Amino acid sequence: MKLTLKIWRQDGPKGRGSFESHILDGVSEDSSFLEMLDQLNEQLLGEGKEPVAFDHDCREGICGTCSLTINGHAHGPEDSTTTCQLHMRKFRDGETVTIEPFRAKAFPVVRDLIVDRSAFDRIVQSGGFISVRTGSAPDGNAIPISKVDADQAMDAAACIGCGACVASCKNASAMLFTSAKAAHLNLLPQGQAEKDARTLNMVKTMDEAGFGNCRNYGECSAACPKDISLDYIAKLNRDHAKAKIKKIFS
Amino acid sequence: MFSSSLGKKYLMALTGLVLIGFVFVHMAGNLQVLAGQAQINAYAHSLQSLPWFILWGSRLFLLAAVLIHAWTAYSLIVENRKARPDSNEVEVTKRAGLASLRMGLTGSIILAFIVFHLLHFTVRTIYPEYAEMMTTVGSPNESEIHDAFLMIISGFKHDIISVFYVVAMALLCAHLAHGFSSVFQSIGIRSESWRAKLDLIGVGYAWLIFIGFSIVPLSVLAQKHGIYEFYDPSFFSQEVDDEALSTNPLNNES
Repeated sequence: MKLTLKIWRQDGPKGRGSFESHILDGVSEDSSFLEMLDQLNEQLLGEGKEPVAFDHDCREGICGTCSLTINGHAHGPEDSTTTCQLHMRKFRDGETVTIEPFRAKAFPVVRDLIVDRSAFDRIVQSGGFISVRTGSAPDGNAIPISKVDADQAMDAAACIGCGACVASCKNASAMLFTSAKAAHLNLLPQGQAEKDARTLNMVKTMDEAGFGNCRNYGECSAACPKDISLDYIAKLNRDHAKAKIKKIFS
Repeated sequence: MFSSSLGKKYLMALTGLVLIGFVFVHMAGNLQVLAGQAQINAYAHSLQSLPWFILWGSRLFLLAAVLIHAWTAYSLIVENRKARPDSNEVEVTKRAGLASLRMGLTGSIILAFIVFHLLHFTVRTIYPEYAEMMTTVGSPNESEIHDAFLMIISGFKHDIISVFYVVAMALLCAHLAHGFSSVFQSIGIRSESWRAKLDLIGVGYAWLIFIGFSIVPLSVLAQKHGIYEFYDPSFFSQEVDDEALSTNPLNNES
């Protein structure tokens, strides 16, 4: 395959970025999107040019490190797929592929296609945990949890924190991420003691980080490689309202 | 309660819910025009004769709902623009429809429409002669009451005004198509099993409101252009037109 790659290049956080076009020939249909970028970087290094900086780690769709907005879609046009699991057979020979960083004020560009997603870490630090005594692992099934709750908590916990929800949202809202991280603990008995504080703190941190507001488009869930449901956003709205009301009357 | 991003969404949802309820009542009231002059005049008179605290209480309540809804929307939009200052080179969507993406645009036009509508039929500054339309038809005790029927027929006989009303209602329909189900999402009472149903109910409700509101201006236009006779033809005679247009500042309008 022969592709024209229109790629965002930016020196550093303060740099003014712009698009740069490269032609890449001999791309295998079986290579992944990241392997195609590796090939481009080999070519650039051969030409004595600076390679394109992009985030990647496990390359098997579970770590949430890869990002990229490809032809306007976070993680590319395929549903339920991370960039590393996207294959070049999904593109046409001769196609122009536009590759941009995840764009949001809360995700500043570090360099080229790499953005700083530490705002997500701050949200998790503010409530995405439970306080327990450490020690030996508890016995399995010592705390009964209904199948429904366990399944829902597990579905929420599938969030890999990649940030595609923010990148696909026209308002750069982090509601899907925050709601999944809050819900997987708020649904379980172990998470009940800190439920209200968790919900309020995580929403506060999310607002302070400069993410936008949810407008119920559903783009986040459509772009999510783990298909996190919009129900978690409804649950966060509900848990937050309850926590606020309890706070007013306490 | 309402300071956070979620709090503002609660305000949007709750004021939206008030307005969703209001448009239905307003639409049901309007449809009485089809039942004739006596019916709509009596209904309009009964509303105007409500105790002042109920009448003005409701008006202020609705005005507050509109203002809070509009101001909160503005504030959310400003924050959203700040949150995503750079747009993508390629802007595409997978799931979001135009109705949801253009809530700000449809909402702004609807707000402008509300101002026009109040000046047109409530405050009556656009056509001051509407205030002088009096009749005993529909009056509970033979005294003169405001002739709402004549005002409505005269108001919708202008093609441009009727078309503007119908277009505004189409935009309201689009606004409700996203807004109705969003109310439940924003206050957190939407679940997996109810999402599809609420979306469908929302779209159905939006169409109901659009059709219900559009019937009146469209029926007046239809009769004016001789397509179908819905109302007493004497209201469509030339004398009534001349009388209604005598002090009309836009009387060169066709």
